[in-house]
Amino acid sequence: MNALWEFLSMSDANVRYVTLGSVLLAASSAVVGCFTVLRKRALVGDAVAHAVLPGVCLAFLLSGEKNPLLLLLGSFVTGWLSLIAIDTITSKSRIKEDTAIGLVLSVFFGVGILFLTAIQHSGNENQSGLDKFLFGSAAALVGQDLITFGAVATLLLLSVLLLYKEFKLVSFDMAYARTIGLPVRALELVLTTLTVLAVVVGIQSVGVVLMSAMLITPAAAARFWTDRLGVMVTIAALMSAVCGAAGAFVSFTAPAMPTGPWIVMILSLLAILSFLLAPRRGLVARLLLQRRVRRQMMRENILKTLFLLGESKNEQGLSYTRKQISERRKMPLLTMQESLRVLRSKGLVTHGSSGWSLTEAGMKEAQRVVRLHRLWELYLTEYLQVASDHVHEDAESIEHVLTPELEKRLEELLNYPTADPHQTVIPQQP
Amino acid sequence: MNLDAFWIILTGSLVAVCCSLLGCFLILRRMAMVGDAISHAVLPGIVLAFLFSGTREVWSMLLGAAALGVACTFLIEFFHKKARVSADASIGVTFTWLFALGIILISVYAGQVDLDQDCVLYGEIAYVPLDTWITAAGLHLGPRTVWMMGGVLALILLFILVFYKQLYLTSFDPAFATAIGLSTTLWYYLLMGAVSLTTVAAFESVGAILVVALMVGPPATAYLLTDNLKVMLGLSSACGIVAAALGYYLALWLNGSVAGAISVIIGLQFSLAFVLSPTHGLVSRSRKVHPSPAVVPS
Repeated sequence: MNALWEFLSMSDANVRYVTLGSVLLAASSAVVGCFTVLRKRALVGDAVAHAVLPGVCLAFLLSGEKNPLLLLLGSFVTGWLSLIAIDTITSKSRIKEDTAIGLVLSVFFGVGILFLTAIQHSGNENQSGLDKFLFGSAAALVGQDLITFGAVATLLLLSVLLLYKEFKLVSFDMAYARTIGLPVRALELVLTTLTVLAVVVGIQSVGVVLMSAMLITPAAAARFWTDRLGVMVTIAALMSAVCGAAGAFVSFTAPAMPTGPWIVMILSLLAILSFLLAPRRGLVARLLLQRRVRRQMMRENILKTLFLLGESKNEQGLSYTRKQISERRKMPLLTMQESLRVLRSKGLVTHGSSGWSLTEAGMKEAQRVVRLHRLWELYLTEYLQVASDHVHEDAESIEHVLTPELEKRLEELLNYPTADPHQTVIPQQP
Repeated sequence: MNLDAFWIILTGSLVAVCCSLLGCFLILRRMAMVGDAISHAVLPGIVLAFLFSGTREVWSMLLGAAALGVACTFLIEFFHKKARVSADASIGVTFTWLFALGIILISVYAGQVDLDQDCVLYGEIAYVPLDTWITAAGLHLGPRTVWMMGGVLALILLFILVFYKQLYLTSFDPAFATAIGLSTTLWYYLLMGAVSLTTVAAFESVGAILVVALMVGPPATAYLLTDNLKVMLGLSSACGIVAAALGYYLALWLNGSVAGAISVIIGLQFSLAFVLSPTHGLVSRSRKVHPSPAVVPS
């Protein structure tokens, strides 16, 4: 607990730099990342991250010193070139985008490694620290870096705020954006530039490989919580900022732990939790929904079977055992037992000495399902000219889906019919 | 050419052929970035195998990393198909997560694991001749890596020769392959298993980045030069070998990393094909009025 207080008080200047730097970096790259992920260009950030290296080395070779601004400029230029290379390769040849990304990424990085090793072997005293661009070292952040981070983060956030509506259109509906006369090419250029900027700055803190996680992971996770872009960007930024601080805290309590990988680790775990547990879109929520729908269909099928059994005997209200029900319609006995129990608690069936029978409410519900089934069969034969012996299967599934409004339309359309294509009576609405 | 140069170029060529052969199938299936993801995701596998076996013994490392490689493909598929994350985002999330896990493991067991991330990223092929295999009888058999890569190459050649038809069908026409009873999932995972195996065997000498360069570069070059899969496999292997040899001398000249230099040569090869390819190059495309017909593999 003491460690947490000490961390939160930020009394140590180094802690302050590392934490603030990580938070700024994480939040700003998450904001930009949302747009790259939505435009399905997530892995492009990976290519840019690798392409930064040759720029850094070239800037160093040409200037002979480690002027941070020159290095940034160099990395910016090659990062940019790599994107142009990817676009040229995909548009001017039959190479697909994934291949182009992989190729550009590895060739640019190879060039960078060649330069870097050549510089290292040349014995230039000045060169130490260039590999910070390879693996990043958040722990080595100083006040100067913080100013750069702050400036870039402000620039990124401001551009996104100012051009929010335009970026939104470009990300979701390119064709429409073009139609209403937006300068689509220029906007894409701005978005690309922002991505390169975020990567170039962030790479010094988390390294080449993990930089793409800072762009992709928060955006992919935030997408699961909302359908609104504004909310998504906010969630991504907040999530990243929290993870940035958490990563800094881990390396504060255990100095041997690298900050960058821990940020990515926590971020990834949050993302995986979101994939699984997010309401509505998450995997668990979707599986539960599917199960609920399956059970609802099962219950409707039981009611319908009880009705059909009565119909074939010309006498409703009799009781049937589970065996009789499943002879009429194959169902797994265990789930049928469960469904019958639920139906009884809803007051739709009763259980007597000789088995299960429909209550009055249950009868109404069963008639509704059968009516929908037969209306649909009639509709298919009358309007779509489907043969009457081909319509049953289709009606089996649609009967669980049709809404009361559609039911009304069908009845109107078919002129309130009384018999279906097999000449059985369509139960009338009470 | 002295002996060291011979061994280095031989190792490079062995890695190049393994990677280019598998890479052809990867780029045809539009899964080049899955190869990239695997090459990074094997890191925690190597570290774990190292921790369990306690040595840098080859077979346990191969096993650990191959397992992680397949796990990585499985996770990518799971996030994409089951959780409906978009394909590229699911690749990006998975491999960075596993790579971060690897680095954290290395930092936790820093005292016990003799690995670092720059070795994983760009390796050092120049050290290959130093680690020779000397039998108990004192017989000098050449570098250990050459034997290992030779073994992996033999395995991969066998795999492709025996199952050429299956790989070919599942790559070009998955619907038809499924219709005649081939399991696309099985062949997908077998291919990815082979990719993981190669990555791991190669990582120590050439590093993850050169593996990616060799998996994507030569096949992409060959793809611009031919419409026939068999020719493409041959061409890309040849490109890989040429890149390994030229790259070595380029590195010697600049006194830099061999892996980096090989990637540079790969880039140059691709640029040449991109501009000058008789069928699909920039020059011939601009001359043609009609676009060339779609690929019809023989």
